[in-house]
Amino acid sequence: MNAIVKVENVGMAFETTKGSFVALKDVNLQIRTGEVVSLIGHSGCGKSTLLNLIAGLTLPTSGVMLCNGREIAGPGPERAVVFQNHSLLPWLNCFENVYLAVERVFSARDGKEALRARTNAALEMVHMGHAAQKLPHEISGGMKQRIGIARAFAMEPKILLMDEPFGALDALTRAALQDELIGVMAKTGATVVMVTHDVDEAVLLSDRVVMMTNGPAATIGEILDVKLTKPRDRLQLAHDPHFAECRAAILEFLYQKQMKKAA
Amino acid sequence: MTTATLSTALDQGLEHVEPAAVTADAVKSGTTSVTPPVASPAPRGPSLGERLGGFMRRVIPPFLGLALVLGVWALVAMKSADFPGPGKTFDAAVVLFSDPFYSNGPNDQGIGWNILASLKRVAVGFGVAALVGIPLGFIIGRFAFMNAMLEPIISLLRPVSPLAWLPIGLMVFKAADPASTWTIFICSIWPMILNTAQGVQRVPQDYLNVARVLNLSEFRIITKILFPSVLPYMLTGIRLSIGTAWLVIVAAEMLTGGVGIGFWVWDEWNNLKVEHILIAIFVIGIVGLLLEYLLLLIARRFSYGAN
Repeated sequence: MNAIVKVENVGMAFETTKGSFVALKDVNLQIRTGEVVSLIGHSGCGKSTLLNLIAGLTLPTSGVMLCNGREIAGPGPERAVVFQNHSLLPWLNCFENVYLAVERVFSARDGKEALRARTNAALEMVHMGHAAQKLPHEISGGMKQRIGIARAFAMEPKILLMDEPFGALDALTRAALQDELIGVMAKTGATVVMVTHDVDEAVLLSDRVVMMTNGPAATIGEILDVKLTKPRDRLQLAHDPHFAECRAAILEFLYQKQMKKAA
Repeated sequence: MTTATLSTALDQGLEHVEPAAVTADAVKSGTTSVTPPVASPAPRGPSLGERLGGFMRRVIPPFLGLALVLGVWALVAMKSADFPGPGKTFDAAVVLFSDPFYSNGPNDQGIGWNILASLKRVAVGFGVAALVGIPLGFIIGRFAFMNAMLEPIISLLRPVSPLAWLPIGLMVFKAADPASTWTIFICSIWPMILNTAQGVQRVPQDYLNVARVLNLSEFRIITKILFPSVLPYMLTGIRLSIGTAWLVIVAAEMLTGGVGIGFWVWDEWNNLKVEHILIAIFVIGIVGLLLEYLLLLIARRFSYGAN
């Protein structure tokens, strides 16, 4: 098995004013090269925490995190992150936002022209070449997230981490961006870990769906293999029995086994 | 703040003249053509009357305010023997501004020279304050230790009137001119330090996370993330300090003498030319307004839209 990321017995506790809060406990997960994994669970179950741990933005309080056989000691460009709120720098235009990332990763071996070409290619890939010279506040929320995705893919990361990438978008824009992402993932064969709380999104995009139990001290409850051929088409999937099965399994986990008590 | 409301009111007032004229044309051509009048009620916006009404609502109140001030002023002047009315002041202003740049020795110079002398002191004191205050603000904002160390000192010194520092300036520099510049330095440095520090502390965590994921160099972090993100805060600090600096320079010059609008006011008081004092009040107000408006324009350039 060709695992790029290994999470072994990882626990995460946060120090708060009321004492220590255990967010994650005994998490074990392996992510293989080229696969798309979704993390799903109720809010507060620590799925974003797990993603931040893989990104290296936070470090675990116990256990081991490995990327390519080396311990994850901090963030780095080989683990690109698409943030939920796009996090584009508002004073740079779309081209410059992507170029900043491209320059950081490839300036050692590419010249200026090649770097510009890479940036333009990334923008074209998400169909945003026309907005290259626009500032982030001049484009819509969906377009901003496209730029965020372009920035992450342009870095040619070993693994791409997405924290609810479409969570802040309306349903139609979200569907359009999911289709876009399916296309980009097919083209690049990227390894992706994605946090979501949208059941359809998880089944549509992933090879495996990792379902997490409720926090505190959340861990992995079940892992579901999605055996649907790629590339997938959302209209055909609507009538696919396996799609319905996967959906039902996740819903069952979320609303029966891990029913969130009404607050 | 008054600058902004006043100028936007004027802007909008001016913008409204043109559309009103256009609709007037449209109405005329509509009546001369043969099209039935029933067919086109939809595309027309607010009517000419409404537009004119809007324009009037924006323009009339400020004019009314001005007229009120002039009226009260004229009334007071009528009752008092010493106090010059608007007419007399206006005549004096015409004489004064017909030759603003004469120079009869150091104690008798045109009002233009006096204003420029004050502006020069403000520019120097303010510039040095920016050179010291902005880097200091960055340091305080970035390092909690420095913040904890310097915050009590700043809190203690900030409420002190800058004029209290004037004797220290006179002692150190042994001259009046650098001493008044020194008070400007003191009064402008606090807003710059505090606003810059606040800006640095408020750099959104998201942007810093981007920097961490990209693993940007410290130089890149400063030029591409910290500086642009702090700039609006810095400009607010600059705007606040130039406002105070312009307030303080008048008082400082009254105490130190020499060429400058503040001392000019005092000099005219000694000459009992009250109309010149009134003119000076207007001039100081207008220059202060212009300074603030200029900085507002710069700040708007760097506000990056809604984000």
